[in-house]
Amino acid sequence: MNSKLSSEQVDKKKLRKVIAASSVGTLIEWYDFYIFGSLSVVIATKFFPSDNPTAAFLSTLATFAAGFVVRPFGALFFGRLGDLIGRKYTFMVTLLIMGFSTFTIGLIPGYETIGFLAPLLVLILRLLQGLALGGEYGGAATYVAEHSEPGKRGYRTAWIQTTASLGLFISLLVILATKKSMSAEAFANFGWRIPFLISIVMVGISYFIRKNMDESPMFEKAKQEGKIVANPLKESFGKKLNFKFVLLALFGATMGQGVVWYTGQFYALSFLQKVANIEFEQSNYIIAASLAGGTGFFIFFGWLSDKIGRKAVMLTGMLLAICTYRPIYQAMYEAADVSLKTEVAGSKVINTDYAMIPNSVDLKKTVKTELSYTDGSKLTLEQSSLTTMFPGRNPKKPEIKRIVHVGSSSFWFLILLVFIQVLYVTMVYGPIAAFLVEMFPTAIRYTSMSLPYHIGNGIFGGLLPAVATYLAAKASTANEVAVAAGQAIPYDKPYLEGLWYPIIIGGVCFVIGLLYVNGKDKEIND
Amino acid sequence: MMNALRQIFGIVWILLGLAAGYFLVFEQSLKLFEKGGMDNIVPAIIYTFILAPLLTGGMCVFGVYALQNEYKSID
Repeated sequence: MNSKLSSEQVDKKKLRKVIAASSVGTLIEWYDFYIFGSLSVVIATKFFPSDNPTAAFLSTLATFAAGFVVRPFGALFFGRLGDLIGRKYTFMVTLLIMGFSTFTIGLIPGYETIGFLAPLLVLILRLLQGLALGGEYGGAATYVAEHSEPGKRGYRTAWIQTTASLGLFISLLVILATKKSMSAEAFANFGWRIPFLISIVMVGISYFIRKNMDESPMFEKAKQEGKIVANPLKESFGKKLNFKFVLLALFGATMGQGVVWYTGQFYALSFLQKVANIEFEQSNYIIAASLAGGTGFFIFFGWLSDKIGRKAVMLTGMLLAICTYRPIYQAMYEAADVSLKTEVAGSKVINTDYAMIPNSVDLKKTVKTELSYTDGSKLTLEQSSLTTMFPGRNPKKPEIKRIVHVGSSSFWFLILLVFIQVLYVTMVYGPIAAFLVEMFPTAIRYTSMSLPYHIGNGIFGGLLPAVATYLAAKASTANEVAVAAGQAIPYDKPYLEGLWYPIIIGGVCFVIGLLYVNGKDKEIND
Repeated sequence: MMNALRQIFGIVWILLGLAAGYFLVFEQSLKLFEKGGMDNIVPAIIYTFILAPLLTGGMCVFGVYALQNEYKSID
């Protein structure tokens, strides 16, 4: 078969099947990966009781290891396999591992039933999920790119790029729909298992679609010509000729793309819930609506990168993101800030409840204050305090919970603000599969492109919530210390301090990309 | 001109890599190790043994390649 695939030679129908089979499988893998994160609160109560230090340790490992450490290892392990035995078989294996792990998590009895074995099994399965994800993406992107005709590689691989956001979107929808279909108690008892269990059906369908696909034509050709390398890892990372491009891909593209991706989706959700105090359902609807509106732009920017170059599209997205993150998050904060809204006169409702804590002599007092505002927003303040009946024991410090339900105009404004961030995500992420594929030759493509992608996303992006939360908390603490000492506060807007992480990482990546990345499209036929 | 700029910036990447490694190990990880508790020790291990070597090693090698003008031929 001739390796030069012209537009005429490519069978359009077959190509559509290739894209569909690859995208659906990758979408399911992202869905599987995200439901664990989205249901982490329930999972923690079932498998990782906080009063047990070993279980808490396993929980921390499950959170950090799967996202940061195991994904790049999966990229190396499956990337090597993909360059040795083929793209198709490798990403079939990753799909099955992911499906098996997700389904099995949904079956494991809780800590109360089988004790320490429960968190251990969940940790092992979560690590398997991370490994599978590390191998899947590179395979799917390489497989589609190697089937695509020149001049349309950005557009074709952009379908793979939609899958991460769609996977997150579908995971949010399935969880919200499952929650809506049953009582809160039923969801906590068994309902949370449903999103894990239904994954097996999706994986089964995707497996049978992928099973009938052919191997990548470029890999077949390389195999026939004896161009398959014996040690793709050594070839990719042991030779300066290739390794310098692995470093360039990481520091000049995927590092910045990772932080823009995580800021626009995960940090935005965390900011809405924890800083702006917007209620759980409404904040998830804001993210889901923004993702639904933005997903089509992955395809658009992938297509645009075929016309004006990958570098121009990706770096524009990165630059816009780092320049506008602070004003966008300030506007998000103000949209939910009830001190800037007008209170409806006489709307204040106060309810007080008392309840005895079972098996104790403590009394719980809850004061619920509800306030309404002229734009339709509502603020609920829940102040819970425990009073002990034991003489001489000090009462515990009261806990105050703030929940904001924003009015219609603020709701749509917040959707617009998150949508803008999703647009940045689509600009940096839409063309990146084509960009990475074009950097490396067929013999080491799967290995070489997978590692920088998963380090950029898994490590630089994955660390974003922890680092950003730490920076914001540090600024708040510094302000509290200054107030206590009667000094001027050092941070005017401590809630924006976390944004320095994506701004600095994105800024460094932008400069490296601007200086060193080639702006011209490349031919991938070796 | 562009190649000269790429070379000069090599020094910046080396210094940035070293600064990032110092910050992660001495300003973050050691403090987290001192605090103790699994919630602090696991991130400290990740910073010290994964992120710091990756950033310092990766950026320094990238800087050295840039200084050696390895990226000149890509245009």
